[in-house]
Amino acid sequence: MYELQYSKPSSVNDAVAEVKNSSDAKFLAGGMTMIPTLKARLSSADLLVDLKGSNLSNISVSSSEVVVGSMTRHCDVASSNDIKGSLPALAKLAGGIGDHMVRSCGTIGGSLANNDPAACYPSAVLALDATVVTNERSILAADFFEGMFETALNEDEIITEIKFPIPEKASYIKFPNPASRYAMVGVFMVKKTDEISVAVTGAGENGVFRCKEIEDVLNSNFSLDALDNIQISDDNLTSDIHASAAYRANLIKEMAKKGLKDLI
Amino acid sequence: MPDGGSTGIGASVKRKEDYRFLVGEGNYTDDINRPNQTYTYMLRSSSAHAKFSIDTSKASKANGVVKIFVGTDMEVGSIPCGWQVDSKDGTPMREPAHPPIAKDKVRYVGEIIAVIIAESLEDAKNAAELVDVNYDDIPVIIDMQDALDNSKGLVHDEIDSNVCYDWELGDSEAVDKAISEAAHITSLDIRNNRLIPNAMETRSAIGDYEHATGQYTLYTTSQNPHVIRLLMGAFVLGLPEHKLRVIAPDVGGGFGSKIFHYAEEAIVTWASNKIRRPVKWTSDRSEAFISDAHGRDHVTSVKLALDKDGKFLALKVDTLANMGAYLSTFASSVPTYLYATLLAGTYTTPAIHCNVKSIFTNTVPVDAYRGAGRPEATYLIERIVDKAAREMGISQVEIRRKNFIPVDAFPYQTPVALQYDSGNYNATLDAALKKADYEGFAARKADSAKRGMLRGIGFSTYLEACGIAPSAVVGSLGARAGLFECAEVRVHPTGSVTVFTGSHSHGQGHETTFAQLVSEKLGISTDMVEISHGDTNNIPFGMGTYGSRSLAVGGEAIVKAMDKVIAKAKKIAAHIMEASADDIELNNGNFEIAGTDKSMSLADISLAAYVPHNYPHEELEPGLDEKAFYDPLNFTYPGGCHICEVEINPNTGEVKVEGMTAVDDVGKVINPMIVEGQIHGGLAQGIGQALLENAAYDNNGQLLSGSYMDYAMPRADNFVDFKVGNEVTLCTHNSLGVKGCGEVGAIGSPPAVINAVVDALSELGVDDISMPATSEKVWNAINQAKNKN
Repeated sequence: MYELQYSKPSSVNDAVAEVKNSSDAKFLAGGMTMIPTLKARLSSADLLVDLKGSNLSNISVSSSEVVVGSMTRHCDVASSNDIKGSLPALAKLAGGIGDHMVRSCGTIGGSLANNDPAACYPSAVLALDATVVTNERSILAADFFEGMFETALNEDEIITEIKFPIPEKASYIKFPNPASRYAMVGVFMVKKTDEISVAVTGAGENGVFRCKEIEDVLNSNFSLDALDNIQISDDNLTSDIHASAAYRANLIKEMAKKGLKDLI
Repeated sequence: MPDGGSTGIGASVKRKEDYRFLVGEGNYTDDINRPNQTYTYMLRSSSAHAKFSIDTSKASKANGVVKIFVGTDMEVGSIPCGWQVDSKDGTPMREPAHPPIAKDKVRYVGEIIAVIIAESLEDAKNAAELVDVNYDDIPVIIDMQDALDNSKGLVHDEIDSNVCYDWELGDSEAVDKAISEAAHITSLDIRNNRLIPNAMETRSAIGDYEHATGQYTLYTTSQNPHVIRLLMGAFVLGLPEHKLRVIAPDVGGGFGSKIFHYAEEAIVTWASNKIRRPVKWTSDRSEAFISDAHGRDHVTSVKLALDKDGKFLALKVDTLANMGAYLSTFASSVPTYLYATLLAGTYTTPAIHCNVKSIFTNTVPVDAYRGAGRPEATYLIERIVDKAAREMGISQVEIRRKNFIPVDAFPYQTPVALQYDSGNYNATLDAALKKADYEGFAARKADSAKRGMLRGIGFSTYLEACGIAPSAVVGSLGARAGLFECAEVRVHPTGSVTVFTGSHSHGQGHETTFAQLVSEKLGISTDMVEISHGDTNNIPFGMGTYGSRSLAVGGEAIVKAMDKVIAKAKKIAAHIMEASADDIELNNGNFEIAGTDKSMSLADISLAAYVPHNYPHEELEPGLDEKAFYDPLNFTYPGGCHICEVEINPNTGEVKVEGMTAVDDVGKVINPMIVEGQIHGGLAQGIGQALLENAAYDNNGQLLSGSYMDYAMPRADNFVDFKVGNEVTLCTHNSLGVKGCGEVGAIGSPPAVINAVVDALSELGVDDISMPATSEKVWNAINQAKNKN
């Protein structure tokens, strides 16, 4: 790791100010990607501004919405009785990220801002039409993800909370990469009052995406065997040493078939 | 026995060493810091094959830099290979020079091109970024078939081929004749996948030269400090033993990867004299992936000839073995003496022939990894036996029983040089079938089918040779060292004991198992025994720990030393109790005059030996401290039966291990808990190889699986509760009757897993799947089979 300074301001405003006043500062939001990257000298910063002290880790649940502070750790989402009661698929997703240590440090805001194409959370945010709230504005999920490791966030912008509308039902099924345990394919499915939405992570060349092929089928035929004969195109899907695009296409179908059982 | 009985042979004594590890007070190489120490960063090649030039002038002026060395600065000997193998035409193996720091050409990604020594590791890393390297790339040889074609290029210009040797064992005429006359021939092409060892502790080394005495000390993560002293001292740096001390303190796992003499050890030792300060290097995890010797990596064609009843007539094996870019310490022996000699397995196959070409490629050197040659042999035997059974309509169990070496045939001479001393393969098979509930398999398969799943069961009735090794035998084969072991047993004045052993524990639990030998023999509790290892200045001599040799060779040396202690103690007791030494019997830790109630304890005798007032001075020296060297007469031959049961989801190709049973014959068991732990670890590595692990290179020689993001290490949830048992036949040529247990899990299990996968898929017409059997590979096999049908 290159030498750097560390600070832990006590408010979002202070954190933003510190980053603005520094030539090469970075926010630290759990550090589960950032720290290994810094240690491997693949990335550098003169200052790490830790958001841990900025009061961003609240969970609040109403009848229509689950609101999760951006610095809420995966383990807290996974174990929240409120979330388990109103949006259990989100708790399940959080409980399946990384290992115990990662879940005890990593945060939802950190994960979304990084937008790793194999991260779990982006699929939930996209499928649920969540709103990403920052210190500057509110961003709709559909506008937030801009491709692999790219988001709509500005340089000094901090995610403060994520608002998830509570649907009728939701499910998340992940096929983990055997090495990294990130999603080789993760499918988040949501049954809203008027439609089905399906987001896929781990498979897209441009990161998380809505799977129209599955949504169209289920919107016209919402039944258990609706996906049995569906053929998912492997266009724009990732091929790497772990899985070809064709295999990922198959996994999307198979994970969706499983997830559908939880929706019906 | 009153004192030692509860901690003697057969007791599951808790591991004495674990307390210090569990409380974080182990003493690993990186925990050691020497006064005025410097830190080293090894700058490594990012090109797999290139001529290069290097300019360190800017880096040398960087903050904190003490010295930078490049290849031409270090004019020393070549890093040696410990085994000579001759080709079948009688020519010696091609043994290209292996300088510790590459001089003008690099041959794999990870090869050291500059050594940056600084006041801190960060200073060294910062300076490394200022080193200017220009690579002039040369075509890269990754695939072994490509390497056979000289027109594709040479890894080493100074030799005329990429073939290190072309070696054979066995009677090729007899094999060809049997094949031409056989009722049935089964053929199979196999790749034994390349693995990365991944010991929990990465390698580390500190060189410390003391100018006033001319004494060098090397602290290093080694499984065999005396061997490092020999190889580095005699071949690389030209240092005599009395001026070179090698200390391998606590070592956190090795699996073979810490046997070898590595460049970094020579570099820090040499550099500590050049700069007159201690020099420390510790590998980080990413570095370990490209600098620790890899394992396995064989490509093999095999043919098995059978008569009409399924009796094996002949086995023909052709193997290409990847050596990587340079010959590592044991590399040449792994695909030859540790491989081809194992090809009889547990069977009476009368004719066997094996041809091995070992190949240089632009990859990390390949060397011994848990099992070393024997897993490769076992995998091909157990896979082809399984395939033959399927082709001939014989059950997997029956074809094995039909061909087992019978119990009354021992000692059994195989057609590939080894003579097995003992074994009972039906006994381990029977016990494993029972433990795995083989009878209930059909019902479990039916239940899986109901859920739309495929279920399979796979067998491996393996054998291995360990207790490495009889020096006379290995010497005639080309080993450049003897593979005996040495021990010293020192009984202190008040009766406690320190054992100095040439074996080296890096996870095996020697401090407990060896203490149990003393407890059993001398009748004292293991609490009264300390095991010392890992320091060439403390230990008389040693060949270290690998090849499941520690108990069968190292333990036996301890027994021999204890026999000398006991013989001397009897004489002392006889003198004091005024009896004849012949009448003294050692019972339950007491030296008794037979037929009387007179006796002395070991502590009484040792006190007399060190305070020799009433003592047979004319006959005996004072003290009670004996040393023994033990050279085994034969290898030992553990064997057994592993049964794996898998369930496969045909929609995703996911393979789930549902059952893993191992019934092994490792000879006499000293500590059942430790043996079970060793089996568990081995099985985990075997299943890891079969289903998950794979070191993959791209065509440019870049390691694609260079971190845990891409190299699939098995985790606990990849396994089930292992069912482990043992059936004992004693080794006939060591007094303990022990065989060895460190490698059996990794040797026996991979073919059981793959045979189970193939069994599950066989109803679709699939007859082969390569390791690792990833979900995509299985899914593809299912699809291809469906398309064919």
